[in-house]
Formats: sequence, C-alpha cells, structure tokens
Amino acid sequence: MQSLHRPKLQPAVNDGDHRQGPDDAPVTLVEYGDYQCPYCGQAHPIVRALQQRLGKRLRLVFRNFPLSEIHPHALHAAEAAESVNAHAGAAAFWEMHHTLFTHQQALDDSQLGHYAKAAGGDATLTVADVAAGAFEDKVRADFMSGVHSGVNGTPTFFINGARFEGNWTDIEEFAAALEAAGA
Amino acid sequence: MALEAGTPAPAFTLPATPDQNVSLSDFRGHPLIIAFYPADWSPVCGDQMALYNEILPEFHRYHASLVGISVDGAWCHGAFAADRKLHFPLLADFEPKGAVARAYGVYREEDGTTERALFVVDGNGIIRWSYVSPVGVNPGADGILEALEAMTLASTSPTPAKG
Repeated sequence: MQSLHRPKLQPAVNDGDHRQGPDDAPVTLVEYGDYQCPYCGQAHPIVRALQQRLGKRLRLVFRNFPLSEIHPHALHAAEAAESVNAHAGAAAFWEMHHTLFTHQQALDDSQLGHYAKAAGGDATLTVADVAAGAFEDKVRADFMSGVHSGVNGTPTFFINGARFEGNWTDIEEFAAALEAAGA
Repeated sequence: MALEAGTPAPAFTLPATPDQNVSLSDFRGHPLIIAFYPADWSPVCGDQMALYNEILPEFHRYHASLVGISVDGAWCHGAFAADRKLHFPLLADFEPKGAVARAYGVYREEDGTTERALFVVDGNGIIRWSYVSPVGVNPGADGILEALEAMTLASTSPTPAKG
C-alpha cells in the first residue's frame, strides 16, 4: 500500500493572515496565489463572484505563493502588497491585491509604487520596502506554509482546511463545494 | 507496483546531459529525492518540476538532493531544464527505455511513460518513503518534507533501550 496522502492546511488561518469576510463565517476559502500567474489571474474574478454569492457565509484568505523562478515579478508584487497592508491596512491590501491581479501584464518594479498609491498606500514607502526586501520573510513564510500544506501549483485552494481537488474554473462546481462545506 | 519503504533502492546510472552520467551511488551519505514524472513540457503553470525548483533550498536544508527522471532523452531534458531554469538534474531513462522506472515499479506500459512517483532514499540507499500520484495530479512536496523530517528525527533521537 502507498502512504496515505491528504493535504491539509497548516498552519490554520490566524491573525497574521489577510482575511476578508467574517471570522465566524461557516466557510473559509484559502487561496495560495501568485500575482504573475495567469491561472491566478483567471481565478480572481471567479473568487470575487463566489464572495458575492456566499456573502457573509464566506471568509476569504489569501496567502502568497510566488513561483519566482518562472515569474520574475511575482515576488516583488507580493512584497508590495504586504507593504501596503503594513502601512495602510487591510482594506488597502485588498485594493492592491485586486489591482495586481488585474494588471498582470505590468508588474515590473516601476509600477508597484503607483499601484500602492492608488490602493491607498504610500508609493515611496512601498518602493523602499520592495527595494529593501522588508517583507520578503513574510512572503517566504507564506510560501513555506503552502509547501507544507500540499500546494501543488497556483492557484491552490483550501476549503475549511482541506485542499480543493475539484475544478475551480467551473464556478458551479466550486460554489457547490463551498456550500457543502458550510452546510 | 512501486517499491515500498524499507526496500533497497535499485542502482542506476543515467545520462543527465548528453555527455554526463549520474548514478544512485553518487548520493551515498545523504538523502536523495527521486521524482519520476511522465514527460517534459507538461503545459501547466507551476508544474511539478517548477514547484520543486522553487523548493530546492528547503530540500537542501535536509542535505537532500533531488533528481527528476522521465523517459525523455538527454537533449530534450536539456531544453526543458533551460526553459524552466531548473537547478537540479533531469535524468534520461531513455535507453533501454524505462529500465529504471521498471526497476522501481513505476513504468506505465499502457502509454510508455512513467508514473508520477516519488521516492525518498536515505544515505544508505534504502527507500524510506514512496508515493504514486494519479498521473494527472501534481503531488506537491508536503509528503517529501514529512519523510525528510521523519528521517532527521529518527537519526537524532537516542536508540530506545531494549530489555
């Protein structure tokens, strides 16, 4: 017999995570994503539609999983989003998150400050943070939590801690899995 | 069926480049991760080899090396590794085709490729963990890291007293 292999989210969702939606929501969807990954870009509007659909029954968590060897801008984009979060708070972070996923063709360092400012952050601070690698450790910690949780590509989703093995491009299938987890 | 934990890993010598071979015995003394995969050029983002490439520093923390093995030839591996910027060797189980995969019990007769199979071999050449993933499912790296952690713990904890 082969070893059992059931990927499970670790660590569990905690105060250090980017969270959107009520902390006591019956369903928590965790996304491990990469801002330069085209599949994550494709998933972004699907996730937003699911948030609309489930409303207060869904809490969304985003953790960084930049594949920096194949996506040269992914790490800095993630660090810039972390910088915005640190200086301007969660609402600005989610704005930045949305901006990055909707500008995947223009994620080079010269753009990150503009995006930070537009999201409600401070362009100068974020440019400096990215240059200094101020949030590299945070991004790296997210990445390693993903590795230990069984992330096997981007995006990888966990529904209430269990890796979603279904087809996320099918919004009905994805929604049904979320509904089942919250029932 | 794939070889299981406790089995000596079958010896192999395979080309890593058109003029360089790699052998199992090269890795004696340290853990080795062997990742059999069906083919180069799988069309997904963040595929298995790209993922392991990102995680390589973590494997190195356990003094573990990584090799990928498929039935693709050395020139094909070279082009794939360069394209994906891989920092670990891909070995060509090309001639006789799939011989090493057969020895490990992970050759797929039906399509002439290998299973998506993982083996963690200890420094003495004994398989300590193995796993065969459904061929379309990237198994990730959590199982590999758990196996490496378990081996590290086993080698540092005192031998239980018998009596």
